[in-house]
Amino acid sequence: MRFSRKNLGIPYAVFLLLFVLMPLAVLFYYAFTNGSGQFTLMNFIGFFTNPNTLGTLVYSFAVAFVTTVVCVLLAYPLAYILASSKIRAKSAVVMLFVLPMWINFSLRITALKEVLIFIEGNLAMYPFTNTVIGMTYDFLPFMILPIYTSISRLDHSLLEAAQDLGANEREAFFKVTLPLSMPGVMSGVSMVFLPAMTNYVVLDMLYNSTYIMGSLIGSYFAAYYWHGGSMIALILLLIICIFTLLTDSDETGDVRGGTIL
Amino acid sequence: MEKNSGSTNLGGNANRSGSINSSDGANLSGSANIIELKHVTKRYDDNGFVAVNDFNLEVKRGEFVTFLGPSGCGKTTTLRMIAGFDIPTSGEILLNGKSITSLPPYERPINTVFQRYALFPHMNIFDNIAFGLRQKKMAKDVIEHKVKRMLTLVDLEGFENRSVATLSGGQQQRIAIARALVNEPEILLLDEPLGALDLKMRQEMQIELKAMHDKLGITFIYVTHDQEEALTMSDKIVVMSEGQIQQIGTPEDVYNEPKNAFVADFIGESNIFSGIMTGKLRTRFCGGEFVCVDDVPEGTHITAVIRPEDVELTTPEQGMIRAVVTSVIFKGMHYEITMQSGKNEIVARSTRAANVGDRVGIRVEPDGIHIMIAEDHTNTFLVDINKDYRLEYNGKLLHASLTKLIKGGKRQEDGSIVDGNGEVIDINRLRIQASIQPEDIEMTDNQEEGLVQGNISNLIYLGEHYLYIIHTDDLEQDFAVYDEDLWNMGDRVGLIMPTEKMTFTIKK
Repeated sequence: MRFSRKNLGIPYAVFLLLFVLMPLAVLFYYAFTNGSGQFTLMNFIGFFTNPNTLGTLVYSFAVAFVTTVVCVLLAYPLAYILASSKIRAKSAVVMLFVLPMWINFSLRITALKEVLIFIEGNLAMYPFTNTVIGMTYDFLPFMILPIYTSISRLDHSLLEAAQDLGANEREAFFKVTLPLSMPGVMSGVSMVFLPAMTNYVVLDMLYNSTYIMGSLIGSYFAAYYWHGGSMIALILLLIICIFTLLTDSDETGDVRGGTIL
Repeated sequence: MEKNSGSTNLGGNANRSGSINSSDGANLSGSANIIELKHVTKRYDDNGFVAVNDFNLEVKRGEFVTFLGPSGCGKTTTLRMIAGFDIPTSGEILLNGKSITSLPPYERPINTVFQRYALFPHMNIFDNIAFGLRQKKMAKDVIEHKVKRMLTLVDLEGFENRSVATLSGGQQQRIAIARALVNEPEILLLDEPLGALDLKMRQEMQIELKAMHDKLGITFIYVTHDQEEALTMSDKIVVMSEGQIQQIGTPEDVYNEPKNAFVADFIGESNIFSGIMTGKLRTRFCGGEFVCVDDVPEGTHITAVIRPEDVELTTPEQGMIRAVVTSVIFKGMHYEITMQSGKNEIVARSTRAANVGDRVGIRVEPDGIHIMIAEDHTNTFLVDINKDYRLEYNGKLLHASLTKLIKGGKRQEDGSIVDGNGEVIDINRLRIQASIQPEDIEMTDNQEEGLVQGNISNLIYLGEHYLYIIHTDDLEQDFAVYDEDLWNMGDRVGLIMPTEKMTFTIKK
């Protein structure tokens, strides 16, 4: 038998089949069936009529949204200053901001929890704020990196061209730098918003709370209610799909600025 | 009004008629200087590098001025200072008599066409061109009208809604020009705008740019390293090297009357020899005696420039010097013939072919020799490197260190020399030039004592001492020697040249 390069793809095809397509099929099956294996839309209807699941969805969305906004507001100026500064050890400074990612996740959140308790006394007083703080702390590097990359890749002569055509530094920023760094921002948003919607470790560790999408699914499965859990997972998948399509649609085929360590 | 937009042919005709001088006079009469640079110097803070040194220039309204020079000569830095992207370390830039030296770029009525166009990729063509007009808060319909007119000017009607990425290099180039011109700047700066285009496109754009300039009457300042481009388009060329102006003049001036060896070498191809004036309108270089048209006092050390098209091949008997043909290359319109005369290489352009190895004579008409006064009488000559990596001249070893000449050079055990990068130097490619002052050479009757031998071909009394020109036999190299004693013409002498009095430099 002749060896062809196509054969190299076989392991990956098997992998895709086993770990992507099959689980998806199982997910669909469970989401649209009841306990006796019959087709039903009850899981779907149930999700949108249950105030608990709906409330979690809204809450998760709010947490993710606020976290993303805070991340953008913190990361953009930082990335801009870093990218346009003339300091030589630029990448080293960027590394400093990314460094926390290398420290164990639960250790970081535990430390954050202690700091928050020290400041606030009782964490339960501001659950939303604390969740956003935890998530922001966790996801900020994912926002800084792509924005930094997209700003540093910006052709400097474009800014000179804007100034040459009568724009002062501020106008040049809003008309050139900002729009051209949007791919980086979008990349950061999709790397922060989606995980923030499902990340339950932060909540779990701060409050032992399950009031977020990720842990909701977990709690359904823990109670062996596969059908309801699958439907929530499917709905989440759908939301993510829609979101990704939306953020992708305004791209002009630019390379996404996403360097992940 | 006749301009030199048409002919780009530099090969065939050396003495192009001076029509531009007269037409320029008419063109520019009555117009004042639009921009003046006074003693402008730019030194970079971080490394102290002087990019532009004491730059003085006056540009008249409506002129097409070109900054020409090799990369790193400071031409782009100068342009950037006019645009406002760089601020001079010292000196002044005046626009219509008023200083704009430290004005930010967005407050100057000057627009730039950037080297790589710098079109905004997130805007369509219309928004790109309208950018400057919108900054000025012009009415919508005015903007639309002006953008349309510009697109017509650059021959890209109907491109309003196209995105930048869908345009070819040449089209992007036109949009960049339109984006700058739509603001009706007093001066348009062009930073090597045609560098990224292929040859045919470049030639087309040269003619179009020139036509645009004539039509709009806007002052153009153009930066290029391409001498043909500069000669084709400019009213005035500023030749620059190492941050300094070498010559300012019309294309004819810089081509026909180069001020120094750098200009001669950079503008067109040239044979450059160092020589000496031996009488009224008589000069000696390359081991031969020539008649010239420049009246320079006898005894003056000169640099002679001869364009390849002015070199005439004759029979050995008819020539002023004799040479052997070493290469013949067919170039389409002519043959490029390289000849060796002793140590000197001479390039000629001829419509007639020659054969490698031919013995020929070389003639140059008096008006084909351009004489430039050299600063001193320093003798310069190329020395050889033998296979032991030692310097020698005329077959005799020179006691000078080649190792020290090469940056980071080291002599290895087998005698070869490696450079700073650890690579063994190529003795066939390395050219070492030696120079020695006339007062450091001693003449002797004992010929064998000298490094070279030759006959005294000229004798010039310079007041305190005599200047002798010694013509060496087969090296075809003349040496200038000062001596207080009187020797006779034709005397055969040896020249003692102490190695420690010589300075050595590496030629490219």
